[in-house]
Amino acid sequence: MTDVQTVPETQPGNRLRAHDLSLKYGERVVAENLSIDIPDNSLTMIVGPNACGKSTLLRSLARLLPPDRGSVVLDGQDISRYPSKEVARRLGLLPQTSIAPDGITVADLVARGRFPHQKFLRQWSTDDDVAVKAALDRTNTTELASRFVDELSGGQRQRVWLAMALAQETPLLLLDEPTTYLDIAHQVEVLDLCAELQESGDRTVVVVLHELNLAARYATHLIAMRAGQVVAQGNPKEIVTPELIENVYQLRCSIIDDPETGTPLVVPAARRSVDRVRQS
Amino acid sequence: MTAPRVVQSGPAIARLAYGDWSVLWRPRAVIASGLVVLAMLAFALVQLCSGDYPMTPGEVLATLSGRGAATQEFVIYNLRLPRLLTAAFVGLALGASGAIFQSVTRNPLGSPEIMGFTMGASAGAVATVLVLGGQELAGMGGALVGGFVTAAVVYRLACRGGGVQGFRLILVGVAATALLDSLVSYLLLRARLQDAEGAYTWLVGSLNGADWQQVQIIGLTIAVLIVPVLAIGNQMRLLEMGDDLAQGLGIRVKVTRRRLLVIGTVLCAAAVATAGPIAFVALAAPQIMRRLTGGSVSIVPAALMGALILIVGDLAAQRIWPDTQMPVGIPTLCIGGTYLAWLLYQQSRASRL
Repeated sequence: MTDVQTVPETQPGNRLRAHDLSLKYGERVVAENLSIDIPDNSLTMIVGPNACGKSTLLRSLARLLPPDRGSVVLDGQDISRYPSKEVARRLGLLPQTSIAPDGITVADLVARGRFPHQKFLRQWSTDDDVAVKAALDRTNTTELASRFVDELSGGQRQRVWLAMALAQETPLLLLDEPTTYLDIAHQVEVLDLCAELQESGDRTVVVVLHELNLAARYATHLIAMRAGQVVAQGNPKEIVTPELIENVYQLRCSIIDDPETGTPLVVPAARRSVDRVRQS
Repeated sequence: MTAPRVVQSGPAIARLAYGDWSVLWRPRAVIASGLVVLAMLAFALVQLCSGDYPMTPGEVLATLSGRGAATQEFVIYNLRLPRLLTAAFVGLALGASGAIFQSVTRNPLGSPEIMGFTMGASAGAVATVLVLGGQELAGMGGALVGGFVTAAVVYRLACRGGGVQGFRLILVGVAATALLDSLVSYLLLRARLQDAEGAYTWLVGSLNGADWQQVQIIGLTIAVLIVPVLAIGNQMRLLEMGDDLAQGLGIRVKVTRRRLLVIGTVLCAAAVATAGPIAFVALAAPQIMRRLTGGSVSIVPAALMGALILIVGDLAAQRIWPDTQMPVGIPTLCIGGTYLAWLLYQQSRASRL
């Protein structure tokens, strides 16, 4: 267990860091003394059991939840000290649940992602056109542009929300469980897109994900959390071990190589073998 | 300088650019609003023509441009025009306030009368008149104070522990309305008959006896709020997509919502202070307009629809039984109540399907 416990290193160069965070919802303490470093240009995935504080951490990184103690540092400065729109030009967030307004078209929804770049009397520029077009293109939603969001399937809708986040053109992009409610094919589609975004240049993508195996496959940097603490972080190939999974999820498992990618694949132990272990 | 031009017109949103400036607009909303304005002008003309002293449209227009006879001038400037403008302004205020509250609560029922703010303003006025023995102006002050105190209390109770939820605002508002209603009943029972009759005007909206003073009060309120309302419209729209997303896009959610609530409360309280609680305009106007324009509720079209409803309602109130002074609240209650029933029916059908 101790061999997977890596101490979070502080790399002063990284754009997004959290230092000594204490996070609370009302009176309930979700995390204490949590420090984290998001490597630049990585596809960082945060995994952990339900209620381990991973979404809370993401919300706090996106300055939606001010920490009780400690600070989130964006580009070397406390995130709470930036004007709200300035943060929105550097860091985009796709929350778990968003509400599409009634009767809005895809193009108009995606265009809303341009808000941080606009002003009261300069509500639209050619930059906005370019960004929206690129975002639609990227997410394969160009042909949906004039459709109404209400009439799309779940997978299409998620791609549209992603397009909106992309239109924001932020170097940092945080996604909170972007694959929830999607079937496996659409999950892969969304994560492929995340991987492409990260590979295509200087964009850092942080994803909170439930699907452990998909996280291990796609992440360039994996962060495993339990009870408000980071248990391990690093390259999935190096850190995903049966011990880590048992520690994080209380789940016995074996780890095999993903036949497609060679990344670790978690295979939960069968019920019988667990029983056998319990009896012995 | 380049001439104004439509840069790109999509199906729902068009952009108008002039040099470095550009604004987004929705053609359908602009067309619908334009039609509402035309209807408003037509009914306004009818309102100015008709009454105990009938005038032709030509005479009305001549009088308005300063070429009327003395009697005509008296009728138009002292009686009909202030009443018409009061109706229009109160309607604008109610429609806008309804749009704001429905957007903030993300609920078509989230209008100021359901959230208790209207009742609060009424109760404030009734209490001022009956307990403190105030006259009309004091009653107006009481309405403003009552509206604000109620809004503050409802808001505070609804947002205990974290963010405010639209549904909680409505529930707390319903409770507040019931409480204030019983308070008003108690005050009326306790009062002498004549006083109670005077106070009663604060319980049913009416434009009877509207004069230039009322036009000034409500007109000034609207004039002061036009720029903040236009500036906050876009942010309100993003707030509808959820707090997290809005904040992610760079909106200061709490500040924006508080501003919206303050603007909505000022508009609603000013309307009640001017004409009493006119039922259902704030509830129905944004929803009717939403169906005409497509998309979500927006402030300016809702305000225009509010003005139209009130002008038509007041015309009906004056003309259906010309001998009685029917308060405008009664026809608007009919229009709005019918509409509300239809809305609820539609919603229950939609949720069953």
